[in-house]
Amino acid sequence: MDWRRPSPRLRTLRRLEVTALGLLVAVAGGLVVGLAVATWLGGVVFVGALLVAGVVDVLVGRRVRAWGYVERDDDLLVQRGLLVRRLSVVPYGRMQFVDVVAGPLERSFGLATVRLHTAAAATDARIPGLAADEAARLRDQLATLGEARAAGL
Amino acid sequence: MTTERLTDDGWHRLHPFSPLVRSARGLVAIVVLLLASLAGRSGGLWDVVSHLGVIVVVAVLAFVSWLVTRWRVEDGALRIETGLVRRSSLRYPLAQIQAIDTVRPGLARLFGLSELRLRMGGSSGGAARLAYLTATHAEDVREELLRLAAGAHRREEADADEPAVPSWVDESRLVAIATPQLVASIALSGLGVLVAVLVAALIVVAVLSPHAAAATVSSSIVLILALATGIWRRFNGDYGLTVTQATDGLRLRSGLVQTSAEVIPHGRVQAVRMVEPILWRPFGWARLEVDLAGRQRRKGENRAESKQLRAVLPVGLRGEAIELLARILPGAPAPEDPSPSRARWKSPLRFHNLAVARTDELVATRSGRLARITVWVPLAKAQSFRWSQGPVQRRLNLADVFVDTAGRRVGAALRDRDADEARAELDELAAAARRARQAGR
Repeated sequence: MDWRRPSPRLRTLRRLEVTALGLLVAVAGGLVVGLAVATWLGGVVFVGALLVAGVVDVLVGRRVRAWGYVERDDDLLVQRGLLVRRLSVVPYGRMQFVDVVAGPLERSFGLATVRLHTAAAATDARIPGLAADEAARLRDQLATLGEARAAGL
Repeated sequence: MTTERLTDDGWHRLHPFSPLVRSARGLVAIVVLLLASLAGRSGGLWDVVSHLGVIVVVAVLAFVSWLVTRWRVEDGALRIETGLVRRSSLRYPLAQIQAIDTVRPGLARLFGLSELRLRMGGSSGGAARLAYLTATHAEDVREELLRLAAGAHRREEADADEPAVPSWVDESRLVAIATPQLVASIALSGLGVLVAVLVAALIVVAVLSPHAAAATVSSSIVLILALATGIWRRFNGDYGLTVTQATDGLRLRSGLVQTSAEVIPHGRVQAVRMVEPILWRPFGWARLEVDLAGRQRRKGENRAESKQLRAVLPVGLRGEAIELLARILPGAPAPEDPSPSRARWKSPLRFHNLAVARTDELVATRSGRLARITVWVPLAKAQSFRWSQGPVQRRLNLADVFVDTAGRRVGAALRDRDADEARAELDELAAAARRARQAGR
């Protein structure tokens, strides 16, 4: 199967988030511990936080790559997850509506998240980090297919 | 009552006692508060007058709300107009009626009144309420609306093969619940056991030190009340339940103080669940519940209760449950295909219950740790499918497949299947569901 992946910019965005958070924790934690306990301990906390951030950074990169989706003839397949791997199948005929959401950070990277809704609350199909034009294309495509194959409850 | 009367009669009003019944709880509260405050003070004349004033104002408001509420049937729709300052006119197309329930709270029964609740299709699923009509009138209106709705359906879908006039004669009774069995089943449920444990603990405390026991009771009065209402609701909801087969589906009637009648229409069932708690196992008892789309939360139901499904058989022998299941979902298979034995390592408590079965129309799964829970989902109703594999499952080469349905988060879960088989099953389920949907259209 030909899996489509989120935009590589999503990885940059996620890594930026991790780096910013890591730096914040490292500096704040380092300063507090350094001033309150001992200077050398503050240094250890600083370096330790940066190391943890580095590991998380690698994991986040792999998690982004774990996302994927395929538009099949009758349904959409969405794959995700690293530790717990998930694969959702949503028939086009069951889609009630499709959301395209973009937060301020995502928008500055030209990204958007597409979310599918069915009548079931448990349906959990979203695709983050799509380039804005791909998100729009997918939304329109899904809406058209959904209308053609709509089925009642 | 004839069609002409309901459609051409112009506007109808609700029963004049409606505001009284509807605000009964509030009125009782107000009266209690007033009495308390009167008893507390020495009570001058002004106090009495001002208190009476409050009651009069409430009564006038209730009367006005009744005065400005009216309803009629026109152009294939039920119209309800209400409101004095902000007038609102609601229109409910009869063609979209899924079912009409009759609800009779305790006070309404005292006056011989019932409420009609029209369940409408659509995901927003608003319900039209006609509260209250006299009981006999309500039955007439209900039948008339259903007849009109069937007619509206026929005009919309020329090929629908519904009978022109549903006959209500051939109703046969399928289930009748005996009260002793219901009481026993509640006593043996999780709630009952919890109460028993609490009472036992309280007795022990009381023997050791009566003072402490009194303090415990008075401090946990809220909890005790909550438990009591929970048990009461369960009991009242299932009391004297009878299930009859009607042309439009299964008809349920139940209730001791607040009685309700509802219909489970054919082809609207999203899932059926059979629960066999461990304490019921020695008696061979089971509970059968159905999940419907668009069932409204009842008044006074909290969120946890609204998640509970409608029991068509609150307690009964396993054989009875299976028989009833065959009425609701003909051809429902028994889950027989067990999970691979290595699943024992991942789900030691669940393993002995894990099994699945599938036909062209249905998927059945069995699971549960202490209680044995069997779920049947008609594939035509499946909304989406999920495959998932956690780290332990990956080590054991296992995976779960979930079938999601509309309704209250009841879905079929094919747990701890062989990973490759599960992946194939995911595609097969999606394909089977597609065929079932197309066949149903």
